Amino acid sequence: MLSYILRRVAIAIPTLLLLIIISFLLMHAAPGGPFTSERPLPPAVLANIEAKYGLNSPIYVQIINYIGGIITEFDFGPSFKYKDRSVNDIIAHGFPVTLTYGFLSFAVAVIVGGALGIAAALKQNSWLDYFAVGVSIGAQVLPNFVMAPILVLVFTLWLGWLPGGGWNDGQWNHLILPVIALSTSYMASVARLTRSSMLEVLHTNFIRTAMAKGLPYKVIIFKHALKPALLPVMSYLGPAFVSMITGSVIIDMYFSTGGIGQFYVNSALNRDYAVMMGITILIGGLTILFNLIVDILYAWVDPKIRY
Amino acid sequence: MMVDVQKMEQLADNLAAQEEVVGRSLFADARRRFFKNKAAVVSLILLCGVFLFSTFGHMIAVWSNEEIDWGILGQIAELGAPSIENGHYFGADELGRDLFARVVQGTQISLMVGIIGALIAVVVGTLYGAIAGYSGGKVDNVMMRIVDILQSIPYMFVLILLLVVFGRSIFMLFVGIGLISWLDMSRIARGQTLTLKNKEFVEAAIATGVKPITIILRHIVPNLLGVVVVYSTLLVPQMILTESFISFLGLGVQEPNTSWGAMIAEGAGTMQYGTLWQLAFPMFFFIITLFSFFFIGDGLRDALDPKDR
Repeated sequence: MLSYILRRVAIAIPTLLLLIIISFLLMHAAPGGPFTSERPLPPAVLANIEAKYGLNSPIYVQIINYIGGIITEFDFGPSFKYKDRSVNDIIAHGFPVTLTYGFLSFAVAVIVGGALGIAAALKQNSWLDYFAVGVSIGAQVLPNFVMAPILVLVFTLWLGWLPGGGWNDGQWNHLILPVIALSTSYMASVARLTRSSMLEVLHTNFIRTAMAKGLPYKVIIFKHALKPALLPVMSYLGPAFVSMITGSVIIDMYFSTGGIGQFYVNSALNRDYAVMMGITILIGGLTILFNLIVDILYAWVDPKIRY
Repeated sequence: MMVDVQKMEQLADNLAAQEEVVGRSLFADARRRFFKNKAAVVSLILLCGVFLFSTFGHMIAVWSNEEIDWGILGQIAELGAPSIENGHYFGADELGRDLFARVVQGTQISLMVGIIGALIAVVVGTLYGAIAGYSGGKVDNVMMRIVDILQSIPYMFVLILLLVVFGRSIFMLFVGIGLISWLDMSRIARGQTLTLKNKEFVEAAIATGVKPITIILRHIVPNLLGVVVVYSTLLVPQMILTESFISFLGLGVQEPNTSWGAMIAEGAGTMQYGTLWQLAFPMFFFIITLFSFFFIGDGLRDALDPKDR
């Protein structure tokens, strides 16, 4: 087990380094530096600014300094566009918002999707089953950028029940539409996965044995069937959680939540490379971390896996 | 015992008249199963419709996608609604351009991105996976670790970074999507290759001295086709989704070009002015196409999967 964890960590670290180096080199390959504007600055001023941001040293020194800054002080450097704040400030400001949406949507997707999937599997070929299957097929083609305008159209413009955007310090009615828009397609996937793996488990021999033994139905479902049925779902949840944070770029933009995705797209439109790089590395690190956690959990829960 | 001669002869004639049983090929079998699947057939028809629309749509359009209808400009919400009389079958957008022509154009670009992206994935992924699987050992290990590493990079962010750094163009979009889309394909191809490479026909090829690269191209890859076809029908909608995602953010295709994602974003931005058709038509085509691809993919998988017989 320990060697498996060590091996996975050994892959994770170079991956992260590679990501940092790729984004760093990409940023430097960009035509036009971050300080080019319509009015060209005098060369002396430009040289001074570049010296301040450390852009005049050779590129490998810059990379080492950057990585060193991240490791020792968790410092992603200054923003190139906003003079008064660093990338850290922007992340500290936007990340809690994004995390709130991510966690809420994750919870909704897992709880509603899981319950729908299990219920559909237990009552196979009933109207509930057809409903669950129908919803999961429908939601597959309704990604969050299609869901968001539809929801705003119905609940904000037509019915006027809920606000169509803003964060407002996380007031509950501002959270509802973004969370629904973000969680729908994941909920559908969870429901579909749970349903099919539950059905598979219900047809195995050990469940039939339990039935024949006369165990109460509840015990069979919750004690024997649920755990093996949730294993394939679990391996989906790690990547799903990460893509919920990533997918919230759309939600942040569309609902102007002030989350990290909004800063990301704005910095992409403004060519503020430092912010883009910082956020890319942060999300990359999270992706790698969550995949690691899920793989380790999976190996721990599933006795059949040999590592 | 008496034998009814006449009856026997008639029976013999009947038997002779019966046709020989025709053998069914694997492909014919799969086709029969596919056409029995109603959802898949309906999807196929719908998809053909979308293709016809994107190829011949501009012929029935009265307006081109760049012309501005000055007569309705500024009063789009009142005068720009879909109508047959003024030639705006799908209405007009907020700049007075014909939405029908724009949807045709967006459909072309979205489908093109989807299909070319999937093609890149299929070609690169299949070859990569087949080579890794066939080589085995260290080469396989290193090649698949590279895939592991690439897969754990948040590609949507890297794609946006690429688009910003190298300028937004359809070409960059292809490169960016192509870079990431082949990863899953290569895993699938490798898995299949591992089971294929110990088969007798590969052994026979090795024994007769065929070069490894020829074995991969002539003997392994054709046998991967079934899996590849199913997976690529599921890849096309994924590529379309990725492109739409990027274009929705305004980072993908640029004006005067357009795509479903860009049009949905435009429609979503103007829907509070009452020009709902701007949202509805692109979304309709988007959803119909994704639905069709998913059902066709499902149908093909069921038809080609020998486990379900």
